[in-house]
Amino acid sequence: MSILINRETKVLCQGFTGKQGSFHSEQALAYGTRMVGGVTPGKGGQTHLGLPVFDTMRAAVAQTGADASVIYVPAAYASDSIMEAADAGIALIVCITEGIPVRDMLNVKAALRANGARLIGPNCPGVITAGECKIGIMPGFIHQRGKVGIVSRSGTLTYEAVHQTTQLGLGQTTCVGIGGDPIKGMDFIDCLKLFERDAQTEAIVLVGEIGGSREEEAAEFIQSSVSKPVAAYIAGVTAPRGKRMGHAGAIIAGGKGTAEEKMRALEKAGVVVARSPADIGAALQQAVAGRT
Amino acid sequence: MNLHEFQAKQLLREAGLAPPRGEVADSPAAAKEAAARLGGQGWVVKAQVHAGGRGKAGGIRFAANLQEVESCAAELLGRRLVTYQNAPEGQPVDRVLIEEGLAIARELYVSLLVDRAAERVAVVASAAGGMDIEEVARSHPDEVLRELCDPLLGLQDYQVRSLAFALRLTGQAYKNFCRLLPGLYRLFVELDLTLLEVNPLVVTQDDRLLPLDCKMAVDDNALYRQGRLADLRDDSQADPREAAAHEAGINYVALSGNIGCMVNGAGLAMATMDLIKLHGGEPANFLDVGGGASAETVARAFKILLADGQVRAVLVNIFGGIMRCDVIAEGIVRAVREVGVQVPVVVRLEGTNVDQGKRILGESGLAIVSAADLTAAARHAVEAAR
Repeated sequence: MSILINRETKVLCQGFTGKQGSFHSEQALAYGTRMVGGVTPGKGGQTHLGLPVFDTMRAAVAQTGADASVIYVPAAYASDSIMEAADAGIALIVCITEGIPVRDMLNVKAALRANGARLIGPNCPGVITAGECKIGIMPGFIHQRGKVGIVSRSGTLTYEAVHQTTQLGLGQTTCVGIGGDPIKGMDFIDCLKLFERDAQTEAIVLVGEIGGSREEEAAEFIQSSVSKPVAAYIAGVTAPRGKRMGHAGAIIAGGKGTAEEKMRALEKAGVVVARSPADIGAALQQAVAGRT
Repeated sequence: MNLHEFQAKQLLREAGLAPPRGEVADSPAAAKEAAARLGGQGWVVKAQVHAGGRGKAGGIRFAANLQEVESCAAELLGRRLVTYQNAPEGQPVDRVLIEEGLAIARELYVSLLVDRAAERVAVVASAAGGMDIEEVARSHPDEVLRELCDPLLGLQDYQVRSLAFALRLTGQAYKNFCRLLPGLYRLFVELDLTLLEVNPLVVTQDDRLLPLDCKMAVDDNALYRQGRLADLRDDSQADPREAAAHEAGINYVALSGNIGCMVNGAGLAMATMDLIKLHGGEPANFLDVGGGASAETVARAFKILLADGQVRAVLVNIFGGIMRCDVIAEGIVRAVREVGVQVPVVVRLEGTNVDQGKRILGESGLAIVSAADLTAAARHAVEAAR
């Protein structure tokens, strides 16, 4: 068991024959991901990495019966790719692309609300179920099959959390990088719900950062609806107000969205919050010990 | 990316959303001529900087005659204006906006922005204009009105009317508002703005409604399709180090400490700053070299963070994923040689090919401290900076 994806998940790649799409599809195949083909408009009928290339997502889904797609399309075209995947009936769309305009994402979210497809990202590393299926740009080898579910707004901080839980021998079930944009697909609560229901996931790590109020909402949800131990880390204690810190969504606006507020809310909900990024694994151990 | 008031008002004017009559000037003489052309009984001379709070900081002056226009402009131009919103060193005033004086009856507030929680564009309005809206929201939350717009439908007329009535607008001002607000919404969407703020929106004694001030921020991610707005960038308003980094395509934010940071990934970059603080040091900057950092990017990043004279030590924190640690290590060694780094450099590598990376650093013969882990790296850097 795991959440969202497993060894059975059939994955298409949008932007398949491009540099990013090719490189990461090769890596995914090497990890054991069940890639079934890809889409590059105008290259339909060709074979790439031993897999079929299609002109459209409709054709690709009809031919392959894919469940998921991953998008490595430039920012100017990525929102269209998300819509195309949703229209073709893809249930899980993972958008790696960084730099999609906010206006485009507002439209995408409104359209997806009607469609029901799940979106991860954009501006994210993707999602991986350890030892089974890797959809995204994360280094596969740091993961180890195990019992921790990870959900994070930051790519490299996810790798820190993965690395530390692997070092401690806990391993991971599924790790979801939800991305650093202000308007995005799945959020903390969506993932927490799935982890709570997943029998194999015994503990959860949540990695947040400044900006917005999703961590506070997650804290409320944890208090009311999560029975499993949760550890968290929040980046940006030293971030100045009103400055965007790399991620489009990482900004303390109007004094709201500070790391302190988020940590306080999580601690109030019984989450063990690591003060140092080096202590995420230790915080998780403490959270687990506190429950037994 | 922020626009100047005069640029924002030009965009309003082109959209038929008449702001007060005005002209921009870059010298006292030009200011005086502009005022003469505008005519009238009195003028306002407004310093053009990318910051709010100009009024309290003395950046907005009232002139009763042309001589005063000239002297006000002379006092503002060429100096740096410090407001409660910008950095202690302020921002340079290279231009002033000269506007007709208006007989004001009421000051209102209206803004459009992206509401992250609702995932919609929000129109925020208040009858308490001319003040800091965050202050109004704190002290009198029921005086702040909000309407959320469905992205697929846009702002509806009934929403405009309900705001107009709540703001107690009547007659000509009501009609002006019902035309102005949909226009502002159209501009917000068409120009890919992330903020459009009119504060104050004034009702004149002859019952006209005019945007007296206007602030616009453009979505950086949309600049590729907003070429005209991209050309309005004014790097003189940004920290010079941040402007140089922007030029080099590196995510950099200047801070006030003395430990320079170079990290891959925005989240880890913030976490590294926090870690330095946790161990008693002060970070000099936020710097994300990005996921696909090459040796050249690493060298450029070193130059940018060392341009800050305060930096006493550098902490490089890389979690190599797709990016291999050996490649990064070679980049660091090359950069330290090329740039001639004079301060201690502490490097923490983890991830793909970490052992090769550490070996390259060790065999370089350079004074690079290769830290065993994150905590050790922070301790070394804090000590080195003392």
